[in-house]
Amino acid sequence: MEECKIRARDQGLRFDDETLEYIVTNRNMIELSPKGMIPTLYDYWVNDVEVLKGQGKYKLYPNNPYETVINSRPAISFYNDNNPDWLNIMIFYHVLGHIDFFQNNFLFKQTWNDDFVGQALADKRLIENLRSEHGRWLDYIIEFSRAINNLVGYFGDLLRNNLPEKFEKRDKINFYFENFLQDELKKDNLFIFNEINIFNNYLKNDEILGETLFLSDVKNKFPEFNLFYEKNKNVEEKSSADILEFIRDNSPFLNKDKNNWMKSVLNIIRNTSLYFAPQIRTKTINEGWASYWHDNLFRKDERIKGHEVAYAKINSQVTSISRIGLNPYAIGLRLFEYIGNLADKGKMNFDFQKINNIEQRDLYDKNTSTGKDTIFNVRRNFSDFTFLNTFIDQDFVDEYNLFVVGKRVNPQKRIYEYYIKSRKAEDYKDMIINSLYHPPIINVDIEKTKEGNLYLTHKFEYKQLIKEFIADTLIGIEYLWGNQVQLETTEIYRKTKSADKETKEYEYRKVLYTVKDKKVSKQNL
Amino acid sequence: MSLINNILKMLSKNNFSSEKREIIKREFEIIKTLDEQINDNFEKQFNNNIYQYADLLALQNFFPKDENSYSGLQTLDELLERDSKREKDGFMRRIRLGKYIKEGNGNKSKVVVVPSTTEPKFYHDDSISEEDEDTTGGSGEGEEGEVIGQQQAEPEEGEGQGAGQGQGAEHDIGSEAFDLGKIISEKFQLPNLKDKGKKKSFTKYTYDLTDKNRGFGQVLDKKSTLKKVIQTNILLGRISQAKEFNPEELIVSPKDEIYRILSKEKAFEAQAVVFFLRDYSGSMQGKPTEAISTQHLLIYSWLMFQYKNNVETRFILHDTDAKEVPDFHTYFTLQIAGGTEVAPAFKLVNEIVEKENLEVDYNIYVFYGTDGDDWDNEGEKLIPELEKMLKYVSRIGITISKNSWSKGKTTVVEKYLEKTGLLESKADLIRIDSFDADSHTEEQLIESIKKLIS
Repeated sequence: MEECKIRARDQGLRFDDETLEYIVTNRNMIELSPKGMIPTLYDYWVNDVEVLKGQGKYKLYPNNPYETVINSRPAISFYNDNNPDWLNIMIFYHVLGHIDFFQNNFLFKQTWNDDFVGQALADKRLIENLRSEHGRWLDYIIEFSRAINNLVGYFGDLLRNNLPEKFEKRDKINFYFENFLQDELKKDNLFIFNEINIFNNYLKNDEILGETLFLSDVKNKFPEFNLFYEKNKNVEEKSSADILEFIRDNSPFLNKDKNNWMKSVLNIIRNTSLYFAPQIRTKTINEGWASYWHDNLFRKDERIKGHEVAYAKINSQVTSISRIGLNPYAIGLRLFEYIGNLADKGKMNFDFQKINNIEQRDLYDKNTSTGKDTIFNVRRNFSDFTFLNTFIDQDFVDEYNLFVVGKRVNPQKRIYEYYIKSRKAEDYKDMIINSLYHPPIINVDIEKTKEGNLYLTHKFEYKQLIKEFIADTLIGIEYLWGNQVQLETTEIYRKTKSADKETKEYEYRKVLYTVKDKKVSKQNL
Repeated sequence: MSLINNILKMLSKNNFSSEKREIIKREFEIIKTLDEQINDNFEKQFNNNIYQYADLLALQNFFPKDENSYSGLQTLDELLERDSKREKDGFMRRIRLGKYIKEGNGNKSKVVVVPSTTEPKFYHDDSISEEDEDTTGGSGEGEEGEVIGQQQAEPEEGEGQGAGQGQGAEHDIGSEAFDLGKIISEKFQLPNLKDKGKKKSFTKYTYDLTDKNRGFGQVLDKKSTLKKVIQTNILLGRISQAKEFNPEELIVSPKDEIYRILSKEKAFEAQAVVFFLRDYSGSMQGKPTEAISTQHLLIYSWLMFQYKNNVETRFILHDTDAKEVPDFHTYFTLQIAGGTEVAPAFKLVNEIVEKENLEVDYNIYVFYGTDGDDWDNEGEKLIPELEKMLKYVSRIGITISKNSWSKGKTTVVEKYLEKTGLLESKADLIRIDSFDADSHTEEQLIESIKKLIS
């Protein structure tokens, strides 16, 4: 295995020296898989029960329990005790691809210093202690925190902690132009452009004091500006917290001395969820990267001798593009290969993009050989969304003969038909991006929230929340908050049958759920 | 579409009351919408989830092979105890039982009962959206618009409790059904069980003071002990035929004391046959079916556990016609069919009982589940069958799982049964219970079973 690491490093992969490999049996798997393969994760009864996944109907559980590599320090990987040696070598190359990705991709930055397995063990012990003290109430706190653990502000945290140092925040100026003039005073564009001009002139005259002078000018023009700014600054600071954070810091119930222990549970649930967040958001790119490297490295390893056919079979099972269906290994791998080729030929520039002639596009080759640098760059800076959104284009779709599959019912034959719906890159891109993990955006509305009322707002993105879960989730939040909770959301209704049966028409209704003393009511807004 | 024709035929018969027309029309509407539902259900099943792929599965084909693993870590009893505490604490119960899952590969599948739960969160609901159809990726040759695959359209109920899973595959009940039975068995006992055609039980034993033992035991058998004492004293010559003797002078050896001792005996059990009847007409679609199937599953599991070989079960489904199905799984999984007439089902039971002469050797129980609709809205056909049945039956338990439109109202079946007065005059033999299908809980179902068999 050490030899594999040397070969991988030669190719440019970068990862810690220490790794842990475990051979696991079926029995181990039974215990590990409910915990996402992390042996030290806290115990919770839901892990002992079959969880209804509602597969296909709602994409509820995007994190798969059957991961091979655990992103921790040292990284841990698992191997079936029945695997032949050559297969383990190949898998280890795949694993090294993942470890390299975990330890270099920017989305994982928060986890770079974590021994997550060790942290989880400490959490598990703390939870055991609390359980022996508080019994089943501990499990309620876990349950209710988990009810909102998909709403953690992963990207907010990432931004807050990784703002580039030279990125200076011009809070007040930005606020003046963006919020105050536009939203509050509702000035027209002409006025705003004039103001920008004035501001730029101040800066031109005096680079250091220009901003201050401009602001004092503003103060003369709009005496209420400062007050307004201060008020909003507070709101903004608070509202950048996700629901779990907000409840942890502001809940009157949790702030009681006797309930203080619950905060540490909230923290554990939140941190565990944050730990999984980058993994969910890099499924395709991560699997593509690992597949790219297991194939490249293992084919050059002499230990493949005698197993070429068996390897080819497994590799094609994993990475072949399905006739119908989406395989993240296949798409990710193809996209990395595609990007590498583009960069090798110097096609990653505007000059190339301007060319419309297919033949010219084909022949274009600047022989820049920057493919490898480029894919390493991509692995460092991209997530699933940016990866797919940036690089899927018509050339890619054509090269691999990709298309969007639609399905429709054929009422005469009483069958469903799968058909080629589109070969356009934009449709393909839309389809694949729509399948990505995207939890609803629900935030605390600071202005409407008082001690006696926690007011949550769901940002409507043309999908409603699953109604049957709303009441139960709200009851859990009410318990943590210790008082009334309200949720503002939008629901979709199919309009009563229009004359033309083919077209389905929908209407959107804003509704407000209120939970008080475990009773949930709903009203139209 | 023989179904719709069937209904149209019914409609074309005149002399229907407006109420009856109303019911038939509603059923007709439901069946008409079935096609639409096929479409919706299919969209829900469609799977373009890249997150189903994972290394252990893809690279090593490695996943826990034991399908009972989910319940392996905590016992059912522990989970249920936890769940009952939840109620005390004022929260909804979370563990659901009696869910059938299908596992295994190919068309050989297994149906088991496992505890299951959901973790409610705020999730996006993908089933309703502006996009008219769901899509996924694909690759290969073909023109836009070309059909590259097809699949049989079957309305399916999706995952969840109750009916609608695993058509066409081979099933067998896992041991979990017994677990389920064990849990509820404490609560019920078959009512009015009479000694009919007793046969020796293989599984049940009674403990009785039947064996005799010298020297020690639970209860002194005075008569036997006295006999023994006299025997001993005769041998010792202290009693002779000619002479009178004084009982106080008799010697009692410790070994003369005869005791009765507890011993295990194979018990005799009464035989019973239980008929399960279920309405699977169009209006039963969805929740009502789920409620009835789950309740019958509970009863069935309990019977399997408690009475094993001594209870035979028969299964009958009906819409406008009744048919017997061979096993519980077919009964449990068969899909919605046509209109509603209750009488044929009861008639079929009567015929079976008569033909097979079950009355002589068996206690007979009938459990019937419906949403309370009957096109025969005076029960003209049903009542005679019911009266006939009441002559031999030990108990009829009727469950009415009310549809949303009959919420709070008395259903047709309830109405005409009420009219007959049978519910009072034969209260020991026929019980009826009703609840709203939309809001049924497992507890309610069990409570309802108690009412039916108390």
